[in-house]
Amino acid sequence: MERQVEIDDRKCVACANCVPVCPMGAIYIDPAVNRATVNLDECVECFTCYRGMSKEHMSPTLVRAVRRVAKWLRFRFDPEPDVCPTDALTPQELTWPRTVRRAFSDPLVPHESTGIHGRGTEEVKTNDVTNRVKEGEAGFTIEFGRPGVGVRFRDVQKMTTALAPLPVEFEDKNPVSSLMTDRATGALQPDILNEKVMSAILELKTGLEHVPAVLERVEAVAQELDTIVSIGVATRCDAQGDDQVAPILEREGYVFFRGKTNLGLGRRPEPAAV
Amino acid sequence: MTNTLHRFGAPETQRNDYIIFAMPSKGINEEGAIGKLQTFLRLAMKYGPVNVGQGSKGGMYRPSSNLTPFAHWSRPEGADPETVFTAMDEPSTVAAVFDDVAKVEALVKDLKAADLGLSINISGLADGANACCKRAGITRHSIEYSLGFHGDLNQLPDRHVLELSTMCGHGMLSHNFARKMIDMVRENRRTPQRAATTMARFCTCGIFNLARAIRVLEQARKGE
Repeated sequence: MERQVEIDDRKCVACANCVPVCPMGAIYIDPAVNRATVNLDECVECFTCYRGMSKEHMSPTLVRAVRRVAKWLRFRFDPEPDVCPTDALTPQELTWPRTVRRAFSDPLVPHESTGIHGRGTEEVKTNDVTNRVKEGEAGFTIEFGRPGVGVRFRDVQKMTTALAPLPVEFEDKNPVSSLMTDRATGALQPDILNEKVMSAILELKTGLEHVPAVLERVEAVAQELDTIVSIGVATRCDAQGDDQVAPILEREGYVFFRGKTNLGLGRRPEPAAV
Repeated sequence: MTNTLHRFGAPETQRNDYIIFAMPSKGINEEGAIGKLQTFLRLAMKYGPVNVGQGSKGGMYRPSSNLTPFAHWSRPEGADPETVFTAMDEPSTVAAVFDDVAKVEALVKDLKAADLGLSINISGLADGANACCKRAGITRHSIEYSLGFHGDLNQLPDRHVLELSTMCGHGMLSHNFARKMIDMVRENRRTPQRAATTMARFCTCGIFNLARAIRVLEQARKGE
């Protein structure tokens, strides 16, 4: 069952440890009730607060009393910063379209469309087995919302619709592609457009000759979005281990030094003997 | 493991930050993969990784669901790699983090000899990873380059925070919490080691590089 995180008023002691833990800054201490509160519009259901924080199971009454005395005495209480002392974070049931938040935010939840954890796509990490991106092709991973900013799908759609007219092929085994209602236009399901997620990866491939045009379009659209866009460009290396995409990126003026190198040690299983 | 691709920092800050991971492809070579992933981890453990983890189950630094109040005075800080082995009940990505490229090279040679048939990737400086491959007698198959962050960069925090928080690419380590850890170190309320361990517990894939985090925290403490 999909669940959203709420904070139990009866247990919360307003220690505020969960406030900085939230990647979206969606938790705050509400002065009206002196309890931690979740801004559900900003919460992306990543479960970082619920799962990432360690838990004690102390009596809320006792903890409030101790905190009150310490505050009155002006003692500086310096507890462990990643602990919820009363186990006040409680998951609640989650329904569509809010379920999409958790799928794109909690890396421990596998995406329904691909069955893969994390952001739900293998990219060129298994290219030695899948041959997803071939020599002469460039694979793009265009990630929205990373690092730690978040994105709403209406911003993702601005990019997908801008890229769809270019000579690109959206990857089938990708969670963002699975939310498209029309691959030709790049339109996404209308009921998810206002949903906010931690990050989403759009994956596409094109011929190496189209790399500059795709990059130019991505850069231009990124300037119009209320988020960050992280770009990855991949290719299959030749028999000598050289790649044809690096010279293109250098010509386009990109500075790049970090990468993910697939060693080519993966293989498909041998077909079973008949 | 796109979550390892876009780590922030100048090349010289990434010289000691390599993640090597193994994964089967969904629906293709998953059968029997759990044992192979465990073999990968055992080989990696020989070279003293600073962190290990499985993408679907967690790393060797984990939060506790049953702390006692005594944890505020003496909390067990030690990592437990065995939990990664014992929790592995499905075939998904397994990663090991190293702070020395020589260890990665030695592991790559072992992995080539082990011939697991799983996809193996190195995430880090592309030149360093390619050199590892060549010295191990491997021709790299594919490469994905990070072109960094674009768009509304005003939404990004300062570089020390970003160097820490991007070590969990899934965003489980918030900018605000990384900033809090930096402040606690600067105020001498936490050692860099303890602050790094605290942050590592949030990274569910076990790819947070504690050795690099300690260096970043030391620099931040001195305002470098």
